[in-house]
This record gives sequence, C-alpha cells and structure tokens, in this order.
Amino acid sequence: MAGLSSRGSGLAVLAVLVVATLAFPAQAQESPYIVTYDHYMEEPGSLDVEYFSTFGTQRGGNDFHAFWMEFEYGANAWWTTEFYLDGQTTVGDSTIFTGFRWENRFRLLKHEHFINPVLYVEYENTSGADKILKEVEGHDVEEDYSDPNSVARQDHGHELETKLILSKTFKGWNIAENTIATKNLSNEPWEFGYAIGASRPLALKASANRCSLCRENFIAGLEMYGGLGDRYSFGLHDTSHYLAPVLAWNLPSNWTVRLSPGFGLNDNSHQFILRWGLSHEFAGFGSAVARIFGGH
Amino acid sequence: MLLMKITSLSISITLIVLCAGLLAGYSTAADANPYGELTKVPAKESARTNPLEHDPDAVAAGGKLYGLHCAECHGANGEGGKNKKKGPALRVSEIHQATPGTLFWLLTNGAVRRGMPVWSKLPEPQRWQIVTYVKSLAASPTPASGTR
Repeated sequence: MAGLSSRGSGLAVLAVLVVATLAFPAQAQESPYIVTYDHYMEEPGSLDVEYFSTFGTQRGGNDFHAFWMEFEYGANAWWTTEFYLDGQTTVGDSTIFTGFRWENRFRLLKHEHFINPVLYVEYENTSGADKILKEVEGHDVEEDYSDPNSVARQDHGHELETKLILSKTFKGWNIAENTIATKNLSNEPWEFGYAIGASRPLALKASANRCSLCRENFIAGLEMYGGLGDRYSFGLHDTSHYLAPVLAWNLPSNWTVRLSPGFGLNDNSHQFILRWGLSHEFAGFGSAVARIFGGH
Repeated sequence: MLLMKITSLSISITLIVLCAGLLAGYSTAADANPYGELTKVPAKESARTNPLEHDPDAVAAGGKLYGLHCAECHGANGEGGKNKKKGPALRVSEIHQATPGTLFWLLTNGAVRRGMPVWSKLPEPQRWQIVTYVKSLAASPTPASGTR
C-alpha cells in the first residue's frame, strides 16, 4: 500500500510537470550533482521544479526509498531561493512526510574569479525519519536510519544549515567544494561536513542541430561527501562517507534527468545508494506570475 | 580540536570578508545605459579573438544555443525583452561595434547587478558559438516588429 501511494504521488507530479511544460518552453543547463553545489544560480525569474529519489540499503533495518520535491526560483542573478518537501517509504513499514526545508543561496562576487564563492543558508524542519541524505554531516551513520518510522518520526529537529560553496569551471570542467556547518537549534553542537564534485560535458562544442542525444547534452562527473564530526569531536571517526558517479541529461525541452549510484566508503555508511531525479525549468515564470497580478 | 578551531575560524573570517565584499559590490547604483557594461570589459579580454569565427557551423550552433538560453530575455530575434526588466536588444550598433572578446567576457561574467547571470557554466566553445551568432544578429537589420 505504501508503495502504491508513493507511485501514485510520483505519477501525479509527473502529470503536473508535463502539462506545465507546454506553457513554459526553454532549456536548462543543469549540473549533474545531487549533493554538491556549484556556484551557478537559477536564472532570474525561472522556476525549477525537481523531483528526486534516493534508494538506500540498510543493515540492521529495512531498505528505504526517500524522495523530495524542490521548487527552486531565481529571485535575481545573485540570489536563488528554494523550498523542499521531503518524504520516505521504508520497506515493510510505512510512507510518511518527513518535513520541509527553505534554502537560500547568495552569490557573493559580481564577476567570475579564480574561485567563486556562494553563501548557502537553509532552515530545516524535519523529523528523525528523514532519509533523503541530501547532505551528510556530523556523526551521521547508517545505524541512525534503522529505527522504525513510528519511533524515528517522534524526534523533530529545527536546524540551521550553512555552507560555503567554492566552485570553478575551467576548460569545461567544473570543480566544486562545499564546507557544511549545521546547528540544531535545540542546544546541540555545530556539526560539520563536506561535499566535493567534478564534472564535465561529454562534448564542449554544440552541434548545429536541435537534438536530444547530442553528447553536449550529457554531463558526467563524480561527487564525494561525508561528515566531519561536531564541535566537540571534530574529525573522521564515527562518520560516514560516500563516493558517487553522477550523470545529467539536459533535454532541449527543458527537462533534466539525473542518475547517481553511490557507494559507502566505510562501515558507518549505507553500502549502496541509488539516486535519480527529474526536473523541469519554467523560464519566465516570474514574469508570468507578475502579469497575472497586473505587473509588466 | 585545534584543526576544528582553525576550520571554524577560517570559515567565520571568510564569511565576514565575503559579506563585506558583497555589500561593497552591490551598493553602487546601476548605470542607466543598458550597454554600459560593454565599456567595463578589461582591454586584454576585449582583444581576444573568436576562435570559431570562421567555423561554418558556429552561427547555426550559436543560434540554437541562443534560442535555448538567451531568447527568453533578449527576444527570439535579439529585439530585446518585452519589459524593462528583461535584457536589452542585441541588434544595435553597440553590439555590432563590440569586439567578440568583449561579448565573450560579458557572457562569461554576466552583469549580475543588472540581472544577467554568469554563463561560464556553458563550455567555452559554446560561448564563442553564441558570440558568433550574436555578432551575426547585430550585423543584420532589425526585423519588423511582430516577427518573433
């Protein structure tokens, strides 16, 4: 039943996206990263609607399928704001809503430099049953995810998450590094984490014809992420780490498909994580909304 | 523990410095002239030549990329956006007279305060293809209104 519910909601999201596509044609050039951020903002006035799934294996518990929706809006050329809705299905257990997040990214310098910094600030209101693994921080380990949903959802967290995003694109390669610092607002210590990624389009020149399977539409890469402990026990002990190849397929119809199999790098990590995502960019969304309300 | 303190201190100092840079960078009022950014491009960058200038496919490929990434703001035919918040027209003498290097630099770095994002996420050859197309647009007469 839980699986049916999950599949039904996924189909409903897909149907909404397909209908909406007809109203806002354009194209995205999205990065393949699922955890790591580069320094590129959402185009001003564009709304990116994204669906992601994470399937994870679980020792000492049941495997899970976590999923989330992202609504990413380019407020202007230096500020992107994003709203998340999270949920998960644990095999043999239940499907539950696990919380929401509100994320903001600020580009700090107006031109491109050798390294390009972006400041990331996010408020999270999620339960202990949240399993999307959008970031790994502190002493997050596989065992934390083994509780039944009925138990895990009792634990509720309000967190402030900050990241310093450093990124550079050179000769087609993007290299990005994120330093994460998270504070549970209920008097718990700062926790730290990292994510690094590298990616490159399969072709640097565009072909003259409009095409879906051209090599320039595919971006491949690798990302690695994990925890760095907390304020009182900084370091790698009792932390989990992952290595994940990533692939994005940017379609001319403004859809982006992402796929990323991830592998745990130590005994504290889930052994295998499979992520996939589907997103669509609605260029000119801000203008369309403004027109509805009588603006220009 | 020492490593953690150094990391925390580094992050704090970096954030303070960057926030100060942010305030300094964005406090200046934007110029009224939408083509003013063209004059701010470093001379060395303006002097760069377009390696794809004679590529027979560059205009077509650039046109495709323009339609995908630029037309939303600058208009399908480079006639400019429909309201003042959108991008300026590209079939104008300012663009026609600008060097390929100038346009490439502006495309790469954007004009963030004016609302134009940086496009360095497009690989360098694709940016040169767009420059080739934009130069071809600027060289041709403005289409009659309503040709979008």
